[in-house]
Amino acid sequence: MSAREYRTASSAQGSLLVVQQAPNVAFGDQVLIRDHLNNLRNGQVIRTSEDEALIQVYEGTGDLDLENTWVRFLDQPLEINLSPEILGRIFNGIGKPKDNRPPILSNVRRNVNGSAINPAARTYPREFIQTGISSIDGLNSLVRGQKLPIFSASGLPHNRLAAQIVRQAKLVDQESSFSVVFAAMGVSYADARFFQEEFADSGVLGNVVMYINLADDPPVERLALPRVALTAAEYLAFDLDRHVLVVLTDMTNYAEALREVATAKGDVPSRKGYPGYLYSDLAEIYERSGRIKDRHGSVTLVPVVTMPSDDITHPIPDLTGYITEGQIVLSRELHNQGVYPPVFISPSLSRLMKDGIGKDDTREDHPRVANQLYAMYAKALETRNLAAIIGAEELSERDRRYLKFAEAFDSQFIGQGEDEDRSIIETLNLAWELLSMFPKDMLTRVSETDLAKYHRSDK
Amino acid sequence: MNRTDKQGTIREINGPILTIHLPGIRNGEQVKIGELGLFGEVIALKGETALVQSYESTEGVRPGERVNGLGRPLSVELGPGLLGSIFDGVQRPLDKVFLESGDHIGRGINLPALDRERNWHFTPEPDIEIGSTLSAGQLLGRVQESAIIQHRILVPPNLSGELLELAPEGEYRLDDPIGRLKLPDGKNHKLMLYQHWPVRTPRPYLRRDHGLSPLITGQRILDTFFPLLKGGKSAVPGPFGAGKTVVQQQIARWSNADIVIYVGCGERGNELVDVLETFPQLQDPYSGHKLMERTLLVANTSNMPVVAREASIYVGITMAEYYRDQGYDVVMLADSTSRWAEALREVSGRLGQMPVEDGYPAYLASRLAAFYERAGRVETRSCGKGSVTLIGAVSPPGGDFSEPVTAHTKEIIQTFWALSKELADARHYPAIDWVGSFSEHVATAAEWWHKEISPDWQHRRKQALGLLARDAELSRIVNLVGPEALSSAQRWELEGASLIKEGVLQQSALDPVDTFSSPEKQFLLLDMVLMIYDRGAELIELGISVQELTDLPLMAKARRAKQTFSSEQSDKIRALMEEFKQAFAKIRLEYAKFKEHAQ
Repeated sequence: MSAREYRTASSAQGSLLVVQQAPNVAFGDQVLIRDHLNNLRNGQVIRTSEDEALIQVYEGTGDLDLENTWVRFLDQPLEINLSPEILGRIFNGIGKPKDNRPPILSNVRRNVNGSAINPAARTYPREFIQTGISSIDGLNSLVRGQKLPIFSASGLPHNRLAAQIVRQAKLVDQESSFSVVFAAMGVSYADARFFQEEFADSGVLGNVVMYINLADDPPVERLALPRVALTAAEYLAFDLDRHVLVVLTDMTNYAEALREVATAKGDVPSRKGYPGYLYSDLAEIYERSGRIKDRHGSVTLVPVVTMPSDDITHPIPDLTGYITEGQIVLSRELHNQGVYPPVFISPSLSRLMKDGIGKDDTREDHPRVANQLYAMYAKALETRNLAAIIGAEELSERDRRYLKFAEAFDSQFIGQGEDEDRSIIETLNLAWELLSMFPKDMLTRVSETDLAKYHRSDK
Repeated sequence: MNRTDKQGTIREINGPILTIHLPGIRNGEQVKIGELGLFGEVIALKGETALVQSYESTEGVRPGERVNGLGRPLSVELGPGLLGSIFDGVQRPLDKVFLESGDHIGRGINLPALDRERNWHFTPEPDIEIGSTLSAGQLLGRVQESAIIQHRILVPPNLSGELLELAPEGEYRLDDPIGRLKLPDGKNHKLMLYQHWPVRTPRPYLRRDHGLSPLITGQRILDTFFPLLKGGKSAVPGPFGAGKTVVQQQIARWSNADIVIYVGCGERGNELVDVLETFPQLQDPYSGHKLMERTLLVANTSNMPVVAREASIYVGITMAEYYRDQGYDVVMLADSTSRWAEALREVSGRLGQMPVEDGYPAYLASRLAAFYERAGRVETRSCGKGSVTLIGAVSPPGGDFSEPVTAHTKEIIQTFWALSKELADARHYPAIDWVGSFSEHVATAAEWWHKEISPDWQHRRKQALGLLARDAELSRIVNLVGPEALSSAQRWELEGASLIKEGVLQQSALDPVDTFSSPEKQFLLLDMVLMIYDRGAELIELGISVQELTDLPLMAKARRAKQTFSSEQSDKIRALMEEFKQAFAKIRLEYAKFKEHAQ
């Protein structure tokens, strides 16, 4: 660590500080800033030249006076200390304790920016995780090492759903073995508190590490937070052999902080003022999930993205969807009808489902049942639209059957209790109960063997 | 070749873009940056300073550190050993990188793309004589690279001269000279089993040729409805979740190309792992050997440095051209060209260039066009005809096809496979929208189909598309006034369209039988559903109700035929068609009797 302090700050604006006559500072270097009250702030070098460095200050430059600002370059990137002691603790966005307990002491220090996992070192995720939620397990299955976001919108119960997933997630026939990394960016105090109480009530608090940046904490800190949290997750997974479930909430706040800083730096905006590198930046975060050859642990990622104005084509959900391996989409319409969880299956998808389900993982009919349910529901929605125009009484016998199916599907299959933990077999049996509302001839996506075995007409 | 005499220093670092002081460096030259030895490329010159883009993260690099010029532009190694490998965006072998730096990709790793230790059995061409003059690109000899691919060793396309020496048949490593050439300027040049080529320069060929035969992918909507020729250019645009990657992977698996180059450009790591894990097990339906023996991967996943992403598709296409020059039909899949365009945008933004549309630089369209132009079927210098077929995925933001990358790509390509969110949401896969897609190759493809499969092909294709268009029209009416407003004939048209959609267009990549459809099976399925429609229409004209036909248990069989019968069981599809004909004849007969009776 360099002992030299520079008192040559030449401009301060928003979160950016320029220091002059600071030669040859390393790009990405961490910085300690002492202000006129001797308070310390943290920062990072984001542009450097032979005589000038541009610093992004996590706490912002408010109340700095250029005369009395001392800057010290630490000669190291942003690193955090890691040990098994992090479980049960609460930290801020740059890994400093937020629970009035001492900092973590350890000789394991990791650069939070990580580096890309070599695709040749990865192994394909294929172990089914049972969340106990039918709309996920049956139709959009989650597997260990997957990144599957929840696309939500303000006022929808994404937090409750995320908490339920955390509570119930387990491998089939096994008790929960997940450690949880909870990363909150720009969330309200109430939301942070909701999760803390959830974890406490279900007795998992000792297996959870939390990184929290509240809505009134500095926005720049949000940029470091997911990287810090994922560094901890990687440590738990690949050093300590644990299976780690990471909940990132809310990625929209993260992206907004990124836009704020990018605009201040003068980056060329692309869509809706977000910088052109939003995709790469989000990918740096999401791609840190996965499984690695010969490592026991895994990092499974469940980011929450609230869609501004319920718009799925907004850059944040849009780019997220291009990176993640599917998405669970919540619908305001279902929510208003009182369906919990209001998962709208049509736009929802799990890309890794195909290899995690079927004969050896869940049940042999699972892939075809999911396909059939999707097809029937799509047709049923079409029929519902038609009924809205011409009236249900005008519909044919066949079409009315679809309407009845849609209703039963929404209320019984999608809808379930917040504490209801359905096994995958229960979910599949329920699916057959609904599919049996149709005669066998209409179910062309399941096999004839499936029909003989599971269709209820004969029973 | 590695000239390190040009040395300079770093002046400024702004993310992946550095300003360096290095008089005499060339634009486009590769550089080695700082103590870590990061690789980069000069992208602009201003007096004695140059702008450099780094292929690796610049964290921890300081102004004042040294930069060395390497004396040549970004180039790839071309030679035996490429197939079956996975490279990063600047052709570093990722399996070797894994051994060197572990689970995560380290920085400043300098590994040759091709294995120097491995022995290859080289057989010189029998008719080449010492002392003869060899032309650029001439065939020198052969190496069996994989069970199915014979690697043809060529004189580099920019060299020619008198052959002084040529090694006899035997085992050679890549660094062992296999011959010597006296160049026109009197210098001697050692010939190796491999050569270098700068990635941004298209490799030369004798002349362009026309595409003649369709690329068979085994996917019904592609081959039958929107065919692509070998040597053609196509794009697969679609919003996320519409199935771009599955379409691309299906083509990688089932197309009748000799070699497939799959470039994962800014996409998911797990998708490449999927290919890496499954292709060594899957069988190539044409050769019977493992798919990995004809496949080559270039991986710049979305979290890898963005500058290398820009390079990755050039690295891919140069390797494709190299195999084309050996007379092979190569398919290159670029997933996704939008990420490549975004990499351009990111670099141009950091350079402060004036953005035009959505922040993209003004040269986006010309770069895209120049890239796609490297596809084509050509007469090679010494190995007959070869082709590069280019298939680019496009990821339009918000699924909006009017955005710059999709719009410019659409101008350039000949076959457009548009993916639709609505179809994907209804789990109609592949979600290729028959209204928005097009192919300029139908007439040429028809010649092949008529000769090889059936003279009815083009007629049936047209009929099916017509019926699908009617379906869209009638569905609008139904949505306005309800199905009761339709006549029986119109309702039968809807049923016919639904048969085409479910029995032909929908194809499951996951179903072991349905995943691949031979051209014959494709045609038979189409022929069958249209025959059902035609005969049914006749019955309905007689007065038989639509319901009576749709209630036939046989109808479910027609919808399931694609999964029930494999490509080898065309006789069974024909038998099913017979069953239909008989069932319809029976209905006709019974109806006639009933009518008679009623009178």
